[in-house]
Amino acid sequence: MTATEVRAGSGGLVPPAPARSGRRRPVTRRRLVQFAFLVPALVYLVLFFGYPVVKNLMMGFQEYTTRTFYTGEAPWVGFANYVTAVTDPVFDQALLNTGLFTVGSIVGQFTIGLLIALFFHRRFHLSGVLRSLLLLPWLVPMIAASAVWRWILDTDHGVLNRTLDLLPFVDGRPAWLTSTTLALVAVIMVNIWLGIPFNATILYGGLQEIPEELYEAGSLDGATGARAFWHITWPLLRPVVTVVLVLGVVYTLKVLDVILGLTNGGPANATQTISTFSYHMSFREFDFGVGAALGNILVLISLVFAIVYLRLNRRAIDE
Amino acid sequence: MSRISRSRALLATAAAVPLVLVAACGGTDGTDGGGDGGGEVTELHVVDYHNNEPNKSVWQGVLDGCATEVGVSLNRETVPGGDLIAKVLQMSSSRTLPDVLMLDNPDVQQIAESGALAPLSDFGLDPGGITEGVLSASTYEGELYALQPVTNTIALFYNTQMLEEAGIEPPSTWDELESAAAALTEGDRYGLALSAINTYEGTWQFLPFMWSNGGDESDIATPEVAGALQLWKDLLDAGSMSQSVVTWSQGDVADQFGSGNAAMMVNGPWNFGTLAEADADLEYDIVPIPAPTSGDTIISPFGGEAWAVPQTGDADRMAVAAEFVQCLVGEQAVVDAAVGTNTVPTDPSLADTVVEQVPNLASFAAQVPDLRARTGELGPEWPTQATAIYEAVQNALVGGMSPEDALAQAQG
Repeated sequence: MTATEVRAGSGGLVPPAPARSGRRRPVTRRRLVQFAFLVPALVYLVLFFGYPVVKNLMMGFQEYTTRTFYTGEAPWVGFANYVTAVTDPVFDQALLNTGLFTVGSIVGQFTIGLLIALFFHRRFHLSGVLRSLLLLPWLVPMIAASAVWRWILDTDHGVLNRTLDLLPFVDGRPAWLTSTTLALVAVIMVNIWLGIPFNATILYGGLQEIPEELYEAGSLDGATGARAFWHITWPLLRPVVTVVLVLGVVYTLKVLDVILGLTNGGPANATQTISTFSYHMSFREFDFGVGAALGNILVLISLVFAIVYLRLNRRAIDE
Repeated sequence: MSRISRSRALLATAAAVPLVLVAACGGTDGTDGGGDGGGEVTELHVVDYHNNEPNKSVWQGVLDGCATEVGVSLNRETVPGGDLIAKVLQMSSSRTLPDVLMLDNPDVQQIAESGALAPLSDFGLDPGGITEGVLSASTYEGELYALQPVTNTIALFYNTQMLEEAGIEPPSTWDELESAAAALTEGDRYGLALSAINTYEGTWQFLPFMWSNGGDESDIATPEVAGALQLWKDLLDAGSMSQSVVTWSQGDVADQFGSGNAAMMVNGPWNFGTLAEADADLEYDIVPIPAPTSGDTIISPFGGEAWAVPQTGDADRMAVAAEFVQCLVGEQAVVDAAVGTNTVPTDPSLADTVVEQVPNLASFAAQVPDLRARTGELGPEWPTQATAIYEAVQNALVGGMSPEDALAQAQG
């Protein structure tokens, strides 16, 4: 929309024939002023987004180690870092874990978030207070939250297992963070807890946008309860749902702090994802080249979802 | 919106970005801004990671003592332990390295390899009586790059009361360890606690078992290493230690022992303070880590930090800095640091003086002559193999693999 406006505007401003040269100067000045307004944003983007991305892309093709920092030498190695990264036995598992972690987190966050949004859409006493309390997970620093979750999930002394002990039908204590089968589930659970406020808040905002009259009209035609949800709420909420899901995927793919804080990718790589693997290669083994290569692979995956998001967005506008 | 979200993902995943930005900000070839350029040296810039009490003050005292001896004042900067290497890399690329730099001993060779450190033979420094194993960690390609005054290692702590009640003597062999741990396991209490976490701490705790059994880090797919791993697996499978060992750091292990959840633990002398705080009535004693069979030598890795002279380009300052580092391995500095921070001298001839003052250090001091450097064989390649070792340990303990298969996979 903006693009067409600018085109239309400039078509009117810049005369096709150079004959009336007297008016050219104010036009170029105007252009300069327009450009000057763009400069701060451009500088910011180039410096803080452009440079790191380009640098990281280049680093993926370089032998970039601790030595590089002193000597400044980072020999070009072509795709060697990518080969090292992809052929590492941990990579396959990290890729699979990244997928499971993302899908599991998104499904959980979205479903619970939507249920909570629907619940709070109906006004009742203290609903405002309760809704703001839901934002708490957002306010707790992740380092503190993961320390508390580690304590909750501890096999022998954790409050979760101590509570399960009291239940008659639970046999033994699940090793939440120390068994290779449960650790990923536990990490996904914590990440769902963390993501619910985001999903609930955005979806709640979307629900508020749906005009009340539609429900009134619908109820006359017999659309109440579940039918009202499927035929009124869901179709009208779809643009918001798309935003929430795509942003959710991009945010979840890159999650690092939750996993580092809870399991550090373990036990036995059971919760290793591409982002934790990349962190490990860069900051534990000081192989920044391989770390950057892994980072780039993750960027590529995020990019696919970002493009999907852009296309869906464009289609929505076209409609 | 999409641009922002995408860029945020990029930022977060491009893990190396902060360091790179920092690297890009450097690049000038100037020397340290504080350099007096050939004039008399009056101040030294020192960087270390002893930023917590009591170690911070103890080291301040030791450093001040040497500053007085050398005749300079100090500009000391302490950074958190985890940030030191990042800080060093930043300083290397911006050519703002300090005059005196402290490094954790397994990092010395890696930083020496980068060219940021000056060989100490340039200044004619004398390592004195520092034991061979410790020197090998500070040596890269035949040149000595740092001097380490004090060290620490790990041993077996046991709760004297619990062992007395069960009528058990502290174990000295693997068989005794297994039976003692099994006998001491009772209710919510485990016989043994150790750290098999997926960080270098887990590797560090496994090394005494691996090395004492004849294993070697250059090839871990051997029966000797598998034997050591089998011992840990047996202890876990028998229920003598919690499965949580795969997530416990050494600090967590000390907490478990301090609160009575474990009768024995593998840990180091830096926990004396934690244990005293946890329970004033806790009575414990320390013996060396059990040997595979009676009479075998116990070979343990050593911890502790070494002091180096970075290449700042100012020959006068570097000469004074070298003098300062020499002072740090002198008797006075070593004894003060050892007693104050619960560590043992790297020079065995000073051990008795320290153990007299801190008797709990005896079993650590006894191990000094046989200590082995983690980076002694592999040098800067150590981090890769250290990762392989803790991965194999985790795969065998909780990943459902046999020790042999786990080690073979990790060796690659």
